[in-house]
Amino acid sequence: MQKRDRNPKQQSTLRRQLLKGLMLLPAAVMLGNVQLASAEVNTTGLAVTDDTVKVGILHSITGTMAISETGSVQAEKLAIDQINAMGGVLGRQIEYIQEDGASDWPTFAEKSKKLLVNDKVAAVFGCWTSASRKAVLPVFEQYNGMLYYPTFYEGLEQSPNVIYTGQEATQQILAGLDWVMENKGAENFYLLGSDYIWPRTSNKIARKHIEKNGLKVVGEEYYPLGHTQFNSVINKIKLKKPDVVFISVVGGSNVAFYKQLKAAGIEMGKEKPLFLTISVTEDEILGIGGENIDGIYASMKYFQSLDNENNAGFVDAFKEKYGEDIVIGDVTQAAYLGPWLWKAAVEKAGSFDIDKVRAASAEIELTSAPEGYVKVHPNHHLWSKTRIGQAQTDGQYKVVYETSELIEPNPFPEGYQ
Amino acid sequence: MNALKNNLFKRQDLINYGLLAILLVLILPLTLDIFRLNLVGKYLSYAFVAVGLVLCWGYGGILSLGQGVFFGIGGYAMAMFLKLEASSPEATAIQSTPGIPDFMDWNQLTALPWFWEPFHSLGFTTLAILFVAPLFAFIVAVAMFKRRVGGVYFAIITQAIAAILTILIIGQQGYTGGVNGITDLRTLMGWDIRTDSAKYILYFFCVAMLFACLLLAHLVLKSKLGRLLVAIRDREDRVRFSGYDVSSFKIFVFCFAAMLSAIGGAMFTLQVGFMSPTLVGIVPSIEMVIFCALGGRLSIIGAVYGALLVNAAKTTMSEAFPELWLFAMGALFIGVVLAFPNGLAGLYQTLLQKVKERRAAAAAQKTPATPAIAPRNATSDPEPAQGIGVPSQS
Repeated sequence: MQKRDRNPKQQSTLRRQLLKGLMLLPAAVMLGNVQLASAEVNTTGLAVTDDTVKVGILHSITGTMAISETGSVQAEKLAIDQINAMGGVLGRQIEYIQEDGASDWPTFAEKSKKLLVNDKVAAVFGCWTSASRKAVLPVFEQYNGMLYYPTFYEGLEQSPNVIYTGQEATQQILAGLDWVMENKGAENFYLLGSDYIWPRTSNKIARKHIEKNGLKVVGEEYYPLGHTQFNSVINKIKLKKPDVVFISVVGGSNVAFYKQLKAAGIEMGKEKPLFLTISVTEDEILGIGGENIDGIYASMKYFQSLDNENNAGFVDAFKEKYGEDIVIGDVTQAAYLGPWLWKAAVEKAGSFDIDKVRAASAEIELTSAPEGYVKVHPNHHLWSKTRIGQAQTDGQYKVVYETSELIEPNPFPEGYQ
Repeated sequence: MNALKNNLFKRQDLINYGLLAILLVLILPLTLDIFRLNLVGKYLSYAFVAVGLVLCWGYGGILSLGQGVFFGIGGYAMAMFLKLEASSPEATAIQSTPGIPDFMDWNQLTALPWFWEPFHSLGFTTLAILFVAPLFAFIVAVAMFKRRVGGVYFAIITQAIAAILTILIIGQQGYTGGVNGITDLRTLMGWDIRTDSAKYILYFFCVAMLFACLLLAHLVLKSKLGRLLVAIRDREDRVRFSGYDVSSFKIFVFCFAAMLSAIGGAMFTLQVGFMSPTLVGIVPSIEMVIFCALGGRLSIIGAVYGALLVNAAKTTMSEAFPELWLFAMGALFIGVVLAFPNGLAGLYQTLLQKVKERRAAAAAQKTPATPAIAPRNATSDPEPAQGIGVPSQS
């Protein structure tokens, strides 16, 4: 313990003195870009030198979740590269240390601890499933780290050590339901999801909202993760004839579900019933096949087809780095926001210290976000717009609706708990 | 020679235990910082399972691919106790029902389920860790072994049980925490288990428990029971015809291995701070068999080294090559199993044997009158296994 504490300090004071001496001349000449010494911007011993700062990337790049999390890793690396090209953060180039969570929650906990305790990273961009976030949360709180978490999720959480760059459940769900109620005259709903915390919470919120509007939920069902036999529920849907089927099925089950729907002779484009999902991004369509899903609607904050300048630049940069055929889903975009939000907070705070970055995080704005303008709420979630997209045969969504205002994040919705 | 053989611990045994003790109690704590030492503690919690597997697979010939079930039972029992302590009404005031674990609240439960109630008591929890897993193992073993189901069929059934339990835990998320598992465990009887000093204490506690378990396992192996187990593994019918009730011995050793696994599970929860269904299923169960195979399935100490080495390799490789480490691990397993079918312990024994032979040869050169000692020593060692991955037929 003692040994470990002493060494880096000695090293860094030595290096600092050397660098100070070296930099005195050029620093005096340079007027615009005044470089603050590490001692001032980093008082808590993070891995920050006078020209670099270390951050962590923690996603599953092996195991079942790898297919979903790869997009996030790519987006985070792209953002880091772009920030470095612009001169870094507080004049320091970002160096990332990537760790593999291996789709295994104890591994996530172990690696997050390694990043915080051993590598002393200034921020971590990572996690995807709620289970992995729940596993690392105590670690981040104990060692006071900062996690930028990209996935849309169930809410009911607000940690001082996490910035949630995806939407929480109410942002995503309420706008979507309002849209089908107002524009499609929906009255009966069938709720369908995979059996874990996110779909259950989402459907709880959906049911309350539907019933509050005096409408009816005619069915609610859950299937285990990885389930592939949806014929019985498809028959029930045919029998009950709901106006809307609200779907939060995740992962590989999606492929089976939509293919079986099509095979059962249901034409999704006819909107009888209308299918509204909150879990199928462009990434999933790649697996399902555009021809098997075209016509369904999705309620999210980002689609690759969003028509704005920021997004055009983002999509081009992404394709340039990772190839023409790559698709970008909602979570990938949210992951891309992580490094940018962190940069903005660090620069506002004038320091890498976690407590100062946290204090500076609230009300941070990002006008350059691909999804448009976003702002960090004091509850660590983002203000964002929700869009409705309709799936096309080419695997993209056509945006058919966008909320006029930013939606306030509300991770603890009253009456929905 | 008889005097030596009847001794419970041969000199070589004492040296081996001593070396392990020096490594775990002195070298590792002095050279590693607490983060790495805590990881070693986690690896050691798997070593309990591997030791159990040496007994029931290496000696008893019962290949269980479901040891994760027992590891999980122990781990979950511990986690339930710790979770209840972390869910005091004050700490959970923001929930709709304060005083119950957070995941229950998310799943709309409004009261603590009845089977959670006894886990308020540490005494009950300890008993549950020690005896629920063996009891469950007993039921399974009686159902199987009394009907003379064994070998591959038994392995498949244990694997099915592991799968069933995982699905059950994930499906009943209101009662178990589902895929997320039971997370955010903080204190044990008011003692914060997340601090560095607590981690040191828990590590040494884990090492002490491991040695207690090793001692118990050693006693079992050196007793008549241990020799009977070997006999059953190699010629079950002959043992049966000699008048022994073969199934009771198998049931015993399976339950004993289950108990060791459950203790390991509890150690895991204490040191890692959570428990999740990913530690219960088929994959971790098979991994635990690999620890045992790599360490040497005829050596309880080898199993400890196996668990340590495989997990240390896993950690270092995944840190060094986050995108390729799984391939490296695969290559390591294949390489070791091909090169040393009896695992690291087998390698160690061969080396020892060579040293002994060389010494004997040197001694024989000096005093050529006593050439018979070396071969006799060689036969007193346990016979090497027939082949890895093939349990004896039943």
